[in-house]
Amino acid sequence: MSTFRIRKREEPWKWGALVTFPGALLFSLSICALLLLWQDKSVWQGMQVLWAGTFGETWALEEALLKAVPIFLCSLGVAVAFRMQIWNIGAEGQFALGAIGASWMALTFPGLPHWVLIPLMFLMALVLGSLWALVPAFLRLRLKVNEIISTLMLNYIAILLIDYLVLRVWKDPSGFPVSPEFSSAALIGKMYGRIHWGIALCVACGFAVWAFMRFTRLGYELKASGEGARVARYAKLPYSFLVMFVMGVSGALAGWAGALEISAVVGRLQPSVMAGYGYTAIVVAWLAQLQPLAIAVVAFLLAALRVGAENLQIELQIPAAFGVIMEGLILLTVLAAQFFSTYTIERRREGEE
Amino acid sequence: MNFELIVALLAATVHSGTPVLYATLGEMLSEKGGVLNLGVEGMMSVSAFAAFMVCLVTGSAWLGLLAGGVAGFLMAALHGFVTITCLGNQVVSGLALTILGGGLTEFMGTPYIGLNTSGFNVWAIPGLSSIPVLGPIFFKHNVLVYMSYLLPVAFWFFMRRTRLGLAVTAVGEMPAAAAAAGLNPKRLRWFAVTGGGFLVGLSGAYLSLAYTHLWTTGLSGGRGWIAVALVIFAFWRPFRAVVGAYLFGGVMAFQLRLQATGTALAPQFLLMLPYALTVIVLVLSAWKGKRRSQGPGALGVNIEPEG
Repeated sequence: MSTFRIRKREEPWKWGALVTFPGALLFSLSICALLLLWQDKSVWQGMQVLWAGTFGETWALEEALLKAVPIFLCSLGVAVAFRMQIWNIGAEGQFALGAIGASWMALTFPGLPHWVLIPLMFLMALVLGSLWALVPAFLRLRLKVNEIISTLMLNYIAILLIDYLVLRVWKDPSGFPVSPEFSSAALIGKMYGRIHWGIALCVACGFAVWAFMRFTRLGYELKASGEGARVARYAKLPYSFLVMFVMGVSGALAGWAGALEISAVVGRLQPSVMAGYGYTAIVVAWLAQLQPLAIAVVAFLLAALRVGAENLQIELQIPAAFGVIMEGLILLTVLAAQFFSTYTIERRREGEE
Repeated sequence: MNFELIVALLAATVHSGTPVLYATLGEMLSEKGGVLNLGVEGMMSVSAFAAFMVCLVTGSAWLGLLAGGVAGFLMAALHGFVTITCLGNQVVSGLALTILGGGLTEFMGTPYIGLNTSGFNVWAIPGLSSIPVLGPIFFKHNVLVYMSYLLPVAFWFFMRRTRLGLAVTAVGEMPAAAAAAGLNPKRLRWFAVTGGGFLVGLSGAYLSLAYTHLWTTGLSGGRGWIAVALVIFAFWRPFRAVVGAYLFGGVMAFQLRLQATGTALAPQFLLMLPYALTVIVLVLSAWKGKRRSQGPGALGVNIEPEG
């Protein structure tokens, strides 16, 4: 008789990611095929429409790149915090505060020249976005308040704040729950087709985070502090400062994502800018194992998936939540499949030890 | 505010606190076994939908309740598979579960938005309900509320007085020691996670069958997260969970009442109250229980294979 035993690998399986990721994708796709059947749709047709909406056509790629921008920035932010084992689940709310900050400036100073107004908008987005993240950081440090819950609760509050602002303070004369349109000085120009100059900001932020983690002392300390407050204290690392720092950076990046979304894509503050990018960002950060370059790739892939799901909605009347389901499934399957890159199953004969 | 209004408000407090109580105790069971389940919000919406659909199709509220429980159980089993069997990260798995749950209910539920179902109706307990003040507050509700009065006692008894409950606690504190004592840590964790999932499922069913009697997307509205916070507030003790749940029920009821009377205050600020209170409650519990507020020793830590 032989028995099976789980053993930890001496070193992680290098090719693990190459096997688990496509496997997880395939598995999630097949579950989603079942959902299509459940909705009485042809799976083949559904997959074709999904493909056309993700990679099949140029407009889809352009749209995906557009959506990848906010997801990338938010994800970069949460990844910095996750590095330190600080669970910032609040990118959604910090994104909202960034959008609010930018709108505030755009609506208060519509007459300022472009090159003054835009930096002002991004400065305010940075301030409000990072403040929204620093509150939970402070509560965690001072009172050990669980940051997962406090950042999440602040998401709900931030979204209601947008509702309040567009309904009361910045109400559009048309009567719809949106702010008035921004002046042209507050809008970010297009680079190519619908792609705007915000891409440049993404690239800059991506490089900055990568270089920071790789080459600076602070970046190194941050990774080391990921082992926890006690380890950091033994190593005489400034743990509290680092927590405030990563949360501030995290909030600032998500805030910029919000500012970009309204100044380059929407052109006014409206509640529908809250499209769940902050939550997708968490999925992206984890799938990309917190590496900036991988975050860019995965952010693009998941943005493409969202576009594909929207295409399904337009062409086949399948709810766009299809994309959200796939996100959740992919994350769960990758999480489960990572088992194989850390552990191995051994077969043992009886009497062997 | 007159006297009758206060009584009505307190009755509404019990009504809206009950689903939070079920969910809090569900999460507490899971955490007692050492598994942090952040999927409560997603589990709650899936089970609310399952309960609603089964009740709509069969016409039986009890079958709907069962369906809600089973849906919560199954979602929790998914979390169990990822974290206990495959040793995946508990925080991320829970978040994924919440994302998945939100997506699933939006995907499946859209055609049913606004439909009504009978569900559980008010059944005043004869005799008890005619007690002045206490009667209308506690004994003019649906059956699920009466069940929830017994639940914390049962939970306490199970945890403190039964072999299985003590074993679950041991695994939550120190799985290695529990294993050395001849217990099966993984199996006990499976029990805690799925049992907790069933309770969370009942809370979802309460929302669609007893609280609203209809389906809308986002029915759980953050209650799942509030439940996770309340477990911390309650120091993992069932009777303190009752206090927490009713505190929230009170704020929700108060907020609704105030909106109905039409104050000058913007409704958005009233809607923020439960979320703001969650943070405040966490601050207060951290303040009061510097030492006591520590959870089970092995909470969030997976059981690694030996060797």
